[in-house]
Amino acid sequence: MSATSALRIALIYPELLGTYGDGGNALILQARSDWRGQPAEVVPVPAGQPLPSDCDVYLLGGGEDEPQALAAAGVRSGDLAGAVAGGAVVLAVCAGLQVIGTRFPGTDGHLHDGAGLVDLDTAPGTPRVVGDLVVQPRPETGLPLLYGYENHSGRTTLGEGVCALGGVRRGLGNGAGQRDERGRGYEGVWAPTGRGLVVGSYLHGPVLAQNPHLADLLLEAVCPDLPVADPHDPRLVRADSAAATLRAARARQTRVR
Amino acid sequence: MLGRGSGEVIGGKVALQLHPGVLAELAAGRDIATVSGTNGKTTTTRLLAAALAAVGPVATNGGGANMTPGVVTALAAPPRFARAAIEVDEIYLPQVAPALRPAAVLLLNVTRDQLDRSNETRRIAGMWRSLGAQLPDTVAVANVDDPLVVWAALGFARQVWVAAGQRWELDAAVCPACAALLQRGPGRWACPSCGLARPEPSVVTAAADRIEIDGRSRRIRLRLPGVVNAGNAAMAAAGARVLGIDPATAFAAMGAVRDVQGRYREVMLGDRSARLLLAKNPAGWLEMLELLEATEPRPVLIHFHARVADGRDPSWLWDVPLERLGGRDVHVSGERAEDVAVRLAYAGVPCTVHRDPVAAANAVGGADMIDVLATYTAFRELLLVTGEITEIEEEPA
Repeated sequence: MSATSALRIALIYPELLGTYGDGGNALILQARSDWRGQPAEVVPVPAGQPLPSDCDVYLLGGGEDEPQALAAAGVRSGDLAGAVAGGAVVLAVCAGLQVIGTRFPGTDGHLHDGAGLVDLDTAPGTPRVVGDLVVQPRPETGLPLLYGYENHSGRTTLGEGVCALGGVRRGLGNGAGQRDERGRGYEGVWAPTGRGLVVGSYLHGPVLAQNPHLADLLLEAVCPDLPVADPHDPRLVRADSAAATLRAARARQTRVR
Repeated sequence: MLGRGSGEVIGGKVALQLHPGVLAELAAGRDIATVSGTNGKTTTTRLLAAALAAVGPVATNGGGANMTPGVVTALAAPPRFARAAIEVDEIYLPQVAPALRPAAVLLLNVTRDQLDRSNETRRIAGMWRSLGAQLPDTVAVANVDDPLVVWAALGFARQVWVAAGQRWELDAAVCPACAALLQRGPGRWACPSCGLARPEPSVVTAAADRIEIDGRSRRIRLRLPGVVNAGNAAMAAAGARVLGIDPATAFAAMGAVRDVQGRYREVMLGDRSARLLLAKNPAGWLEMLELLEATEPRPVLIHFHARVADGRDPSWLWDVPLERLGGRDVHVSGERAEDVAVRLAYAGVPCTVHRDPVAAANAVGGADMIDVLATYTAFRELLLVTGEITEIEEEPA
């Protein structure tokens, strides 16, 4: 994207994919971009509307089964793949992660088609997993531990050659039995695609609230010449010192650090 | 009358073990109205009990013990045939109501409460809807502003439709009947696919001090603040009318209710006078923000836990427009104070984090009353800390 125009953050179908507070990810990206001198705007895409093709970041959150199926139909009819090939970044959480794959289960166990943006598919599973999720991100991301909360019954399998976002230190994550070389279960998906990047995860929290480094990574992926933040900006200091305290508390509670 | 919760539960548990049919026996031959919903059930039950008390003795579980044992204990209290205003947990209603055979079931709202639970709202509404077939003589007193409630109430043979308000819309984006996207506008909603739509209400909450019944506008004087409580009063009045109490009598009696289980109560917290507000989910938060804005901006303390009874995932904070606290002096305490602090940082609202609510209250400058917003278990803790109760009853599962 060019440095002069505003960064456009699409919040996709918040009425359908907004059940678990994931809309917060949009607020966080907007604020952090703004604080670094790059104006940003959140573009809510109401359910029933086609996906815009001119956004820089696309956010999909968690939702219940029936709204999820409705959201998938909308996402399928758009051209998310084209936007990513052109340099856009996608962050897809929980139901969103399932929607960007090839298939996911609905209410009655019936399988729905996903948007097929990434080669992953989700099968129904029991039990539903609800609890803390801590992820060791893959080293090339340069990210510290990711803390959050998972709440899903899907079991997600990554296709041949598709990378996980990281390995599970606490919780279930993708839960389909795939493991990394350290024996950790896969969590989420990490898929640099064309000039863009697709990141998927089961982490709620919302994920960027507890993991501001991931927010910065996404912003830098879409906007490589993003200026460095002024470390004394009081807004940034407030947010990051609060997040640091929160992360320390999460580390204590989950005993993962 | 606070702090009797565990007593309310234990007596009922013993009775149920000795005689499982006890509930139906206690309920037989009396006029009962139940109250269920995610938000407002304790307050509405209190208002309904006040209305019923205007014409005779009342049995009620005013302590909020709203599962089967608590209901048994409430009905076992003499006199034997007193009218009853019974709060019932939304998930327990299908279990309890067939035994009670209530004249009226008040259905307030169904919204997200604990994010740990899943597909909860549609499932609860579906359970209520099926209940209708078992209760052919029961009137559903239902809030038309919540599509899930309307769909549930249509499972009953008869309805009284009440516009009780529902600012929060995100849990009913899709049609509960057919899952198509609902169309919404001010004071209306409709499904373009199956035709489910907001029924015409006979009782309408027009303002904090005005309710219309059958087209006639009435001034009401509640001590409980805000439009949200006028909505609760409208539901209670409609329920009382099914039990034969006229609205004028009902509203007059409701005007005497000052606080409900500590909600809206003014207490001393440390050295400060403080008004206690329960805000346990985003729908409740929206109503409380509205209420805060109805008076001059006071300092605010948010006391926040995420224990099992609160829901262990506090992500819903991001669904609450905390930006609206901008310009106030905001303080935070509780086990998940850090989650609130991060949320407020991105809302552009500076805050101070304190180790406990008393320290927080004492640290607030000036002499104004402070408004304290607390989640469910945090609220219980505040009642304990301020000496309003002496023990914390067991947390609901």
